[in-house]
Amino acid sequence: MKRSKRFEALEKRPVNQDGFVSEWPEVGLIAMNSPFDPKPSIKIENGVVTELDGKARADFDMLDSFIADHAIVLENAEEAMAVDSLEMARKLVDINVSRAEILRLSLSMTPAKLTEVLGYMTVLEMMMGVTKMRARISPANQAHVTNVKDSMVQIACDAAEGAYRGFNEMETTVGIARYAPFNAMGILVGAQVGRPGTMTQCAVEEATELVMGMRGFTSYAETISVYGTEPVFIDGDDTPYSKAFLASCYASRGMKMRFTSGSGSEVQMGFAEGKSMLYLEARCLYVTKGAGVQGTQNGSVSCVGVPAGVPSGIREILAENLLAMMLGLECASSNDQTFTHSDLRRCARTLMQLVPGTDYICSGYSSTPNYDNMFAGSNWDAEDYDDWCVIQRDLKVDGGLRPVKEEDVVRVRNKAARAIQGLFREMGLPEITDEEVECATYANGSQDMPNRNVVEDLKAIEEMMAKRVTGVDFIKALHRAGFDDVAESVFNMMKQRVAGDYLHTSSIFDQDFHVFSGVNAANDYHGPMTGYQISEERWNELKTLPNAMRPEDF
Amino acid sequence: MQIDEARLKEIIKKVLTENLAAAAAPAADAPAAAPAPAAAGEVFTKDTPCNLKVTEVGEAQKGTVANEVVIGLGPAFGTKQTRTIIQIPHDRVLREVMAGIEEEGLSCRIIKVYHTSDVSFIAHTAAKYSGSGIGIGIQSKGTTVIHQKDLAPLANLELFPQAPLIDLDTFRQIGKNAAKYAKGESPTPVPVRNDQMARPKYQAISALLHIKETELTDRNKKPQTLKVEFL
Repeated sequence: MKRSKRFEALEKRPVNQDGFVSEWPEVGLIAMNSPFDPKPSIKIENGVVTELDGKARADFDMLDSFIADHAIVLENAEEAMAVDSLEMARKLVDINVSRAEILRLSLSMTPAKLTEVLGYMTVLEMMMGVTKMRARISPANQAHVTNVKDSMVQIACDAAEGAYRGFNEMETTVGIARYAPFNAMGILVGAQVGRPGTMTQCAVEEATELVMGMRGFTSYAETISVYGTEPVFIDGDDTPYSKAFLASCYASRGMKMRFTSGSGSEVQMGFAEGKSMLYLEARCLYVTKGAGVQGTQNGSVSCVGVPAGVPSGIREILAENLLAMMLGLECASSNDQTFTHSDLRRCARTLMQLVPGTDYICSGYSSTPNYDNMFAGSNWDAEDYDDWCVIQRDLKVDGGLRPVKEEDVVRVRNKAARAIQGLFREMGLPEITDEEVECATYANGSQDMPNRNVVEDLKAIEEMMAKRVTGVDFIKALHRAGFDDVAESVFNMMKQRVAGDYLHTSSIFDQDFHVFSGVNAANDYHGPMTGYQISEERWNELKTLPNAMRPEDF
Repeated sequence: MQIDEARLKEIIKKVLTENLAAAAAPAADAPAAAPAPAAAGEVFTKDTPCNLKVTEVGEAQKGTVANEVVIGLGPAFGTKQTRTIIQIPHDRVLREVMAGIEEEGLSCRIIKVYHTSDVSFIAHTAAKYSGSGIGIGIQSKGTTVIHQKDLAPLANLELFPQAPLIDLDTFRQIGKNAAKYAKGESPTPVPVRNDQMARPKYQAISALLHIKETELTDRNKKPQTLKVEFL
């Protein structure tokens, strides 16, 4: 065939490097509205659910049992289930129906019911739903802080810059698993330098993550995964009950945590049982609710390539975020992992959460160039910082970040590098050299960093963990190193464990360690000029680009 | 779960064709972070033959000698699937890992794991069967973990989560490092690689390959000793 020059040009577009597959409902390769999804139903006898979404109690798997026994408010379940699904979809969009009224009904509906409700909605209508249903009045954002060399100095600097730019939560992980404690220390110290009160976590294997949390290396946890079918749970040696137990371990130490789920994981792991991705995600969210956990990170997350590869997949991702909010959960709404080569697609995908605002729009935004993102790449990275700020300014939306000046960023990065250097010195850990401090201060990514002695670091980590070091040791070391303000911030993060106020849904701290959550700063959106309004002070911050020309300069 | 084999093959073929077409197209906007995965000059395609014959010779036994590393393979390895996600034939994968182990003067045994297709659990199983306590788990699509028997199943010594980035040289280094752990050394971990565009390009096909491997799991079947022949 003689080739069309138009088609040859189109073939070279980034979007045509993405992988697409057609729907295949029988194995669950379908985003929403699968013909195999169960029909909503509930039967309650003597306060016990005897039928859930078309299945009799005798046929329940462990997720059904857990959901039926723990996740649904049974008192008005029959009334709620009797509401027509299309009518419920309309209530979500209607500004005259309050968030509280929606929750009164949605908390008593079943997974198949909420799936059916969302099946009637367009993305625009769902965005209206998110505007109303988000738990906390103000939106926020979360960052990834990692690098391919596991340099804790660079992590400290990128965390400091990220916190300074406005992220309320920041998450690190590892290239080499055994580096986790050093990376957790880097992000903790850097975050407190950049903006006191910024929460940090280190996403690794669950037992390690818990140990670090208990010892004060981190201030919250997020990577506690739940799944929508029984075989996937079993594959990970887990049950909804074991996850609930893990959640209570964090609560017992006064530590914020959320579960993680997201569409595509069951198909990815080969056990989707022929249900739509949204229905399976609904089951995950009910397990989260039933475990008493305050929130979720969802929106497909690391399996985003799967829903993004099928029709209506990006719509489904928004639907699952909204579904979480309909269960009263904090929603860290993904927008993290790469799913496309196309800048147009990645921006369109993010507008779904950025425009209405979620508890954490990205979970998270890569604070490094993507080559350093050890979550295998984020939808947004450090080199997009200015684009993000301009989009906020263009649309007058608050995406959690602010424009910053180069000299300020260099200053906070340098302080973070010196603080972690001092902490390492005082704790007798392998030296962080002046060269590393200098490189990390001015680095864009790990290509600008010298290599560390990995074997020596890993040995030191093993010894440090064996000595049962805790956050208190960091506070003392920072004090001895002359960073009293950083020591005090780390101390304040530890103190919050005792107060426990930040265990409430959708919590964030301001720089004075005041908690803002769905309890004391609840979303009350009910139409124009209500809910979150960008203050004049905040708007001045958002709209002032360092490189904008000013009329008075001419 | 019912799998329609013909349909699956058709989709896999379609995705493969699309990916190959995409890979062949000039990638003006693609990041240059990831080096070409194949060894210098060597290109693998879906037509590259796999010269490997694996035969099950009975239930695997736990090792008693400390100078061995056990390699655990996913259920489809070398049989229903014969190439990794980037088309490296399974015989070449095994040769490199085994050579890496042998270079360090250790021996290896190979087992096929059936009760799970999760790479961490495959590797942990291999570690538990290994006389040294060190095992390597390899999924058919190439995802690999080096494990130690006393670690939690989802922990690891070294994890190579992005199968499209694992080339022959990396497989050899994995073998070498596993052997060094088995000797009680603390080797420098194999350098970590990262390509943020691996997911957009490969996740859908990865799901299909994993569905296919998972279909072959059997919760009640114990790990089997494998006889491996390079043809």
